Amino acid sequence: MNKLWKLIAEGQLWRSLFRHGYPDTPRNRTLAVLSNFFLHLHPVKVRRSGIRLSYTWCMGGLTFFLFLIETLTGLLLMFYYRPTAELAYQDIFALREHVPIGIMRELHRWSAHMMVITVWLHMYRVFLTGSYKPPREFNWNIGVILLVLTLLLSFTGYLLPWDQLAVWAITVGTNMARATPILGHEGPGAALLSIGGLDFIHAGDDVRFGLLAGRFVGEGALLRFYVLHCVGIPLAAAVLMAVHFWRVRKDGGISGPL
Amino acid sequence: MGQAIRDLVDAMANPVIYFLGSTVAIIVFILFRRLLTKPIVLIGFTIFSVAFLVFAWSDPNFNKIITKGDNIPILILLSSVVGFTWLGMRRAVINDDRIARGEPTLEGEVSKQKVFTWPDLVYPELICLVLFTALLVTWSIVVEAPLEEPAASARTPNPSKAPWYFLGLQELLVYFDPWLAGVLLPSFIVIGLMAIPYCDTNPKGNGYYTFNDRPFAISFFYAGFVLFWVSFVILGTFLRGPNWSFFGPFEYWDLHKLEPMVNIDLSTFFWVKALGVPRPDNPLIREAPGLIFLGGFFVIGPLILAKTVCKKIFEQMGMVRYQVMMHMLLWFALIPLKMFGRWLFDLKYLVGMPEYFFNI
Repeated sequence: MNKLWKLIAEGQLWRSLFRHGYPDTPRNRTLAVLSNFFLHLHPVKVRRSGIRLSYTWCMGGLTFFLFLIETLTGLLLMFYYRPTAELAYQDIFALREHVPIGIMRELHRWSAHMMVITVWLHMYRVFLTGSYKPPREFNWNIGVILLVLTLLLSFTGYLLPWDQLAVWAITVGTNMARATPILGHEGPGAALLSIGGLDFIHAGDDVRFGLLAGRFVGEGALLRFYVLHCVGIPLAAAVLMAVHFWRVRKDGGISGPL
Repeated sequence: MGQAIRDLVDAMANPVIYFLGSTVAIIVFILFRRLLTKPIVLIGFTIFSVAFLVFAWSDPNFNKIITKGDNIPILILLSSVVGFTWLGMRRAVINDDRIARGEPTLEGEVSKQKVFTWPDLVYPELICLVLFTALLVTWSIVVEAPLEEPAASARTPNPSKAPWYFLGLQELLVYFDPWLAGVLLPSFIVIGLMAIPYCDTNPKGNGYYTFNDRPFAISFFYAGFVLFWVSFVILGTFLRGPNWSFFGPFEYWDLHKLEPMVNIDLSTFFWVKALGVPRPDNPLIREAPGLIFLGGFFVIGPLILAKTVCKKIFEQMGMVRYQVMMHMLLWFALIPLKMFGRWLFDLKYLVGMPEYFFNI
């Protein structure tokens, strides 16, 4: 057994993957983190106070993990889902009825809910430990944008099953946009933008119309939300996450008493 | 006995008592934090909650709302916010004691020690991921994701609710028009959150749990996050039924439950009730009382505060920081102000100009 292990560990294949021995010495532990693309997100050494579960609650890490689960399950769901008013509901229904012990949709939905909760708790923890204070002010701002993006991701995904729950939740949500000051047709100030009785802002061109590609939640909205949900917002979130993690390192690692 | 408890809980869950009760609970939690962060309190609270859940489970109305697939996360949210608030406060109390004695905090004690990321960080991370994945897979197998009837734009379900994380905002629609509850206030939440690091000039409390080093900041966040965000989400999910009427947790969601709406504007109070004359036709004159009040609230209020109560803070922060913070806080304060106005005086709008969709 030992011989076999030695054969593997000293073979060219293994050595091309890992350029160091098993991480049980300081040198190899350093190399394990430094020479691994994924692990080099971390510093080689961390403050003992910063890795305590009772301090960080692990919420930031779990949020990132949930984002990965969402990406993976979402990708699988995309193979079986067509974002049109005729087919969307059928596809989801088929997924539920015809796939034995299928849990991809469940995993996707419950993880999405959990991600909203873990983002909130992460923000809560960061506030309670004052970790937004200098030098981390800017990273807190990135975090706020990521929080908004998480909510938008969940919101756009809510529409895709195209059932009563989805359509009416989005209807209630987007109805608010009607009342946007100046830019919504039922918002204060919109009536000011008219000349000789001709309104510039009406139900056919206000922000809600732009959001839904129509006067109500219909096919245009479904496609728009689908593209935003699968491509637009995840891309923006991924970029900002990269900045967020990079700034954690640059701003001095996980916060701790100075 | 069982029915008496149900009726009591239904009555206690009424939005007014619910909100006041939550507020009192948070104040008590802050004031008696030393006593309430003893482990036995959390254990007792957990046992009590589980006992209540077991008792309530058999009730068909309670069971129906609790076991709805999309409502399970709300239970997780409720329990985790309670648990983590308790944990954060417990560590804050311990740290405050240590600081008072001149000792390093729980975090400070070990912050000078550095450990290798492999294995001290990557192993706990892996364990966390595996446990969390197991939890999610189990959850996904046990509870099926909801799928209702196909979309039909002609049939409006009652109640029509936004996704659960926006229910706090939907609850605000009871007191404010959509342009405030749905557009302006959410924007201010985002802007206000982003302004926090620039307005909080207190250098203490960076990197450790504390209460005594930053009492205002922590209390403010309890109010904003726990009281007005999380507790409103819970209210909107479990206690709001058809027509957004209030229903106790054991109450049947009756479509025909009527709640009388006899709310009146501030202008009616002023012209009709106080002066005994009909309301003027010109909207600007008609709404003058509300406009003057809000002008004073937002423009003169911060200036008077800067000269009196908040003099020290104003000098510390400077004009720009102070104005940004004050306006965010005043918008925040407008929410409970309007709520109390509604509960005490049936106040509908401070400024009501439906001609321009300008109602506050």
